[in-house]
Amino acid sequence: MADLFTTYVVPVLWIALKIMMIVVPLLMGMAYLTYAERKILAAMQMRQGPMVVGMYGLLQPFADAVKLLGKETIIPTGANKFVFVMAPMLTFVLSLVAWAVIPVSDGFVIANINVGVLYLFAISSMGVYGILMAGWASNSHYAFLGGLRAAAQMVSYEVSMGLVLVTVLLTTGSLNLSQIVTAEHPWWVSLLLFPMFVIFVISALAETNRSPFDLPEGESELVGGFNVEYSSMTFALFFLGEYMNMILMSGMTSILFLGGWLPPFGIAALGFIPGPIWFALKVCFVLFIFIWARGTMPRYRYDQLMRLGWKVFLPFTLAWVVLMAGALLYNNALPGM
Amino acid sequence: MIEAIFFYIFSAVLILSAAMVVSARNPVHAVLFLILAFFNAASLFVMLGAEFIAMTLVIVYVGAVAVLFLFVVMMLDINFAELRRGMMKHLPVGGFVGVVLLIELIWLYVTSQIDPSAASRVASPVPDANVITNTHALGQVLYTQYVYPFQISGLILLVAMIGAITLTLRPLPRARRQNVSKQVSREVKDVLKVIKVETGAGVE
Amino acid sequence: MSFAKSVRSFFLVELVRGMALTFSYMFRPRVTLNYPFEKGPLSPRFRGELALRRYPSGEERCIACKLCEAVCPAQAITIEAEPRADGSRRTTRFDIDMTKCIYCGLCQESCPVDSIVLGPNFEYGTETHAELLYNKQKLLDNGDRWEAQIAANISADVKYR
Repeated sequence: MADLFTTYVVPVLWIALKIMMIVVPLLMGMAYLTYAERKILAAMQMRQGPMVVGMYGLLQPFADAVKLLGKETIIPTGANKFVFVMAPMLTFVLSLVAWAVIPVSDGFVIANINVGVLYLFAISSMGVYGILMAGWASNSHYAFLGGLRAAAQMVSYEVSMGLVLVTVLLTTGSLNLSQIVTAEHPWWVSLLLFPMFVIFVISALAETNRSPFDLPEGESELVGGFNVEYSSMTFALFFLGEYMNMILMSGMTSILFLGGWLPPFGIAALGFIPGPIWFALKVCFVLFIFIWARGTMPRYRYDQLMRLGWKVFLPFTLAWVVLMAGALLYNNALPGM
Repeated sequence: MIEAIFFYIFSAVLILSAAMVVSARNPVHAVLFLILAFFNAASLFVMLGAEFIAMTLVIVYVGAVAVLFLFVVMMLDINFAELRRGMMKHLPVGGFVGVVLLIELIWLYVTSQIDPSAASRVASPVPDANVITNTHALGQVLYTQYVYPFQISGLILLVAMIGAITLTLRPLPRARRQNVSKQVSREVKDVLKVIKVETGAGVE
Repeated sequence: MSFAKSVRSFFLVELVRGMALTFSYMFRPRVTLNYPFEKGPLSPRFRGELALRRYPSGEERCIACKLCEAVCPAQAITIEAEPRADGSRRTTRFDIDMTKCIYCGLCQESCPVDSIVLGPNFEYGTETHAELLYNKQKLLDNGDRWEAQIAANISADVKYR
């Protein structure tokens, strides 16, 4: 009996604890991301933003949560009930499970798997199903159009994003996220990676359906897109999923391009600040770019978005993969050689 | 023990969802079951230790192919009752193909059990997962021993892609295309002229 | 496209400039007010909630001349009058339908005794329609409550009349 306890119960509890240590700060961060977004957008538009609930409106996220929980869940007539309810759950679950492989600090990761990048890529590419299912199951034209847009958008950006990942993997020689963070490369590699960083951030905006690529929602022309018919908790799950995905994409960006939990620019003097804090700061920086872009850019038109993905990003990243591989090979800097 | 339980869970869900793909009343449900089947197949790959293939399966089939599938099925309003009527007609052919595949699989299994030299005929031994990662092992085989088949399959896909594009891309004489770079490079001084007009003189 | 243009579009110059602009706006002073806690200034001529005033002695000003009732373009005012016990002419009923009122201020202009005024109060939303059908008591109470400010507004405006 004691054997069972040590082989199964203790490790399961330990894993559960680790999951809690990731998920609880994540949910708090997500709650305050909504607050930060409203405040930053307000600042950029010379407004004040939420000010009433709590000091400087700091309790606003909780007020919103209570409001959403207190509402009635409406399932439209003619909707496909099962798929309709499944869609937000899927979105939310997918945005959470991806965090299993994100290394928050050196060794602080739930599952340190060898194909971490591919896992993240697979999970994020599945995120579109929630939207697609929601759009179809709502039995509403606006929602349906939103779902179709999401599918087209996802397919256009997945490819160039994959190629961006390839350039990063070329420099690190590993699919393991922890090894990607710790991999060292010469300064000119970082310089060459910078355009890829820009493309990755832009693609991440498209991947998370954020402005200026928020076509599946498109409140001005689709009155809310895929989530028009959703209310209460089902809507809240979509909302949570979207913001969680934003944090996930920022985490991915900071791991791939900004050096994860390491101090910036390899300054050893800043090493006294623990890794998770550096990681959180970098995530916040990328999240700020997300919100900043929303405050600056108007929404892309649907066909322009497809054009950007297929005709601009795809050739550019493809060329960059070749250039990168050539440069690395010429300088004998390919890892594992 | 735990592994066996998970194996049976994944394979049971896989087989059930595969059966649902062909028997589901609603085409969209059928595609969603197909996705579930892909996903469970990926889980089985993970259990085999083939994590790279598992992830690629999810990325390529679930993340891209099935999205387009779902896209098309949702867009087309398929009358499934009509499709179903033909099911009885096609059942003998489908059943025949299924039986042939089953016999082949049984044949393969039986010969591998009887023939003692079968084990040595496996193309290349799977390297130990502790020594080399799955991805490296795959790459080493793919780019050495199977480099020609690999390149040829790539070429075939390229030909298929070009074929699909040439078949569907018809020049539309009435199509009005947007030239973004031309629009963006327009400047005020090229298109706008500010003229001071004398009173009563008019503009020529 | 010229070379300089291509370079600029390759380096996303316009994008960066736009982002820089929004970033600079983050540090400008806020132009909005934290409304229920901060309020904007009101003109002395501001036309808000209606009120009936009294003389400092406590006697109501209204003499039931019914000029306001006659002039009201929205016909929001209903007045009935009778001589009081002391012989003075007073209203027995003075109703204003605030949901009809268009805040034109003609009643205030027509009033010979400065009795009916449009006060500075603009926060009197209610939950029911019936609450906005004011009677004489409500109007007099409004006048009592806002008298100081109404008097100040009238004296501030008097030199322009």
